[in-house]
Amino acid sequence: MTDTTSSASANRPEGAERLSEERRDAMRGEPPFAEAPSDDSRLVRALKEAAITAGLVALLTVFFFLFRTDIAVGGLALTLDPALWIIAVAIAFVGRFLLTYFVFAGEKPTIGGWKKVASTAARWPIGKALGIVLLAIAFTLPFLLAIFLPSQNRYLLDLAILILTYVMLGWGLNIVVGLAGLLDLGYVAFYAVGAYSFALLATNFDLGFWVCLPMAGLFAALWGIVLGFPVLRLRGDYLAIVTLAFGEIIRVVLLNWSDFTGGPNGLLGIPKPTLFGLEFSRGEGSFSDFFGLDYSSTQRFVFLYYIILALALLTNFVTMRMRKLPVGRAWEALREDEIACRSLGINTVNVKLTAFATGAMFGGFAGSFFATRQGFISPESFTFIESAIILAIVVLGGLGSQLGVAIAAVVMIGGIELLRNLTFLQAIFGAGFDPTQYRMLIFGLAMVLIMVWKPRGLVSTRSPSAVYKEKKAIGGDLVAQGEGH
Amino acid sequence: MPYENHNWAADPVLSVEHLTMRFGGLVAVDDLSFDVGRGDITALIGPNGAGKTTVFNCVTGFYKPTEGRIALRRNGKVPGDVIADLTKSGRQYDETKEHAVFLLERMADFKITEIAGVARTFQNIRLFGGMTALENLLVAQHNKLMRASNYTIGGLLGLPGYRRAAAAAKEMAVEWLRRVDLLDRADDPAADLPYGDQRRLEIARALCTNPVLLCLDEPAAGLNPRESAELNGLLRSIRDDHGVSVLLIEHDMGVVMGISDHIVVLDYGKKISDGTASEVRSDPKVIAAYLGVDDEEVEEVERDLEVTSGATGAEGGAR
Repeated sequence: MTDTTSSASANRPEGAERLSEERRDAMRGEPPFAEAPSDDSRLVRALKEAAITAGLVALLTVFFFLFRTDIAVGGLALTLDPALWIIAVAIAFVGRFLLTYFVFAGEKPTIGGWKKVASTAARWPIGKALGIVLLAIAFTLPFLLAIFLPSQNRYLLDLAILILTYVMLGWGLNIVVGLAGLLDLGYVAFYAVGAYSFALLATNFDLGFWVCLPMAGLFAALWGIVLGFPVLRLRGDYLAIVTLAFGEIIRVVLLNWSDFTGGPNGLLGIPKPTLFGLEFSRGEGSFSDFFGLDYSSTQRFVFLYYIILALALLTNFVTMRMRKLPVGRAWEALREDEIACRSLGINTVNVKLTAFATGAMFGGFAGSFFATRQGFISPESFTFIESAIILAIVVLGGLGSQLGVAIAAVVMIGGIELLRNLTFLQAIFGAGFDPTQYRMLIFGLAMVLIMVWKPRGLVSTRSPSAVYKEKKAIGGDLVAQGEGH
Repeated sequence: MPYENHNWAADPVLSVEHLTMRFGGLVAVDDLSFDVGRGDITALIGPNGAGKTTVFNCVTGFYKPTEGRIALRRNGKVPGDVIADLTKSGRQYDETKEHAVFLLERMADFKITEIAGVARTFQNIRLFGGMTALENLLVAQHNKLMRASNYTIGGLLGLPGYRRAAAAAKEMAVEWLRRVDLLDRADDPAADLPYGDQRRLEIARALCTNPVLLCLDEPAAGLNPRESAELNGLLRSIRDDHGVSVLLIEHDMGVVMGISDHIVVLDYGKKISDGTASEVRSDPKVIAAYLGVDDEEVEEVERDLEVTSGATGAEGGAR
């Protein structure tokens, strides 16, 4: 009772100190409880589980594979097709058996090993190195393509531009969904606002790309605030629904306000960007003329590529920087616990609005780039599926992770395009096989697999924004996901 | 005992007057008045459901009270007519060189922390679990850092003013981590800390907002006796070394009786006793309503109750 020392621990007995240290050490390791080991041997367990799986598959597919109805005289004729059914059951059995025998049964060595890797600081240099390698490839890509794949140069460059657009959109949405934890299903609205702002400003007032770009970003940020106000008091699923509705409202307005936006016909004649007034075309005063080069249509693509690369890197730079600023920390705190934020004197209204506005601004930049690249825009480009793809990139990549989002964008957008080129599959499945027809199926399967394998996305760990001594990655299971997830 | 001699009557930092909070037909707090002395540790106790947390939520702005005035005085004594004028004027606060008065019932929750300087912790710990202990304390310094970073623009450009402020904020956070004995866990996520450590971290986080009044909702809940004793030391040092007044809700009588300068006892939303620890401990109403009585003393206490406070005692008994 008379203890008035300044530090709570100053005169603690030494034994207690050691005890608490021991307890802390124990807390760091694995929990003392473990699942009781199964009595069955690995093989028996695997066989059991495989049999159950096969049974389930047999039951589920009985009407789809086993029975077959054909149109016959006087109605339908029922025939049996056991071969397909048996193949499906066999695949399920073998697949489950292998999975149980090699992956699940060997849980301790494999999963435990991963956990250890994930929790040590040694993981971060890998992520950093990967980031630097990706960045180096991104910077030199046009030259690499020109040297190694000159025949497909233009096509691949176009694809790279598309991927980078989605990387940028993913990074922009990552601010709202990943950092602030506000699920936004209508992000494409800001993309559309950016694209139409640029197109309308450029065609009506005869302004160039570089003048319109910041204005388009500002317009989109303004719309972010406009959307932000009604959703401020909403939580969870309701927030997601309102943002979804907002995205549709913007699209429908663009579609029906024909006098202003051109309606379903869209807007034509959007100017191409210039390099300090140098156009990428033939003749006097063009880029090739000025530098004494031979004209080539790929020059414009290389230029566009570097514009979107610069815009994407700007997004990344600003986001990374803001994470370390009070506003970025407040975003993450908002995702963790809104009530605690308010108890610390943080105006959560402003925090949410800045998150929406910043995310929207980068969406607007990406939108105006999209408009200048296409030269033509119409409401068709801004449907809900775009929002869904961008959100999928963010969720698959890992909420809040810049590297994860970049990888997910490359895999998802690049992967879909890659399917067009898998002509060798025709040798296996016959000449009539068109892999692009299966792209949504493969896309869906990939999403299911990643969500099963890594429910928090490819890069789920969070890197702290401030460090006292040692930077430790924070496991994804500790990080809250915020509203609407 | 002459009431006026107490510090809380002479120099109150917080005055709660005629506070009433109704939820539909339920009266959670009923015409409650009490003062919190500057530099005191004041405990708000009472049986479960007495309305203690409701009072807290009214003081910290999480609830808007149905009736009543909650006045916070920041820099020393304030003449009564200043508060009366402010109440009539409809403004939220009056801050001059001589005095600073805040009418908390008129202010939004985050404004109360930001401008008036009241910080709080929660009954169920609300840390930012996925952020490190250090980050938790930096988030608490948000408003200060926002101004220093020119509302993000200066921070983005890396102006020297912001860098200095950021370094100072980190120093303050490290200092508080050292004070609550968590410096070796500074870079660990808050959700990874043991329960007792989380309690201390939440108190440190509240203190990083530079409050004049710290409101703690059951800070000793779930702590073992040794941790409770450490908490006592910490709360005393907050009061003595930092001049922060503390208002706490607590069920652990060891903590309450040991450190409180002033105890207010609630039952069914009403104040049944108010005084120092020894006064409250010997108050028959408190014994009857809260601490319970020995079998042989029951009749004696009941007789006392009828003599001293017929109305209140009867009402309490009727429920």
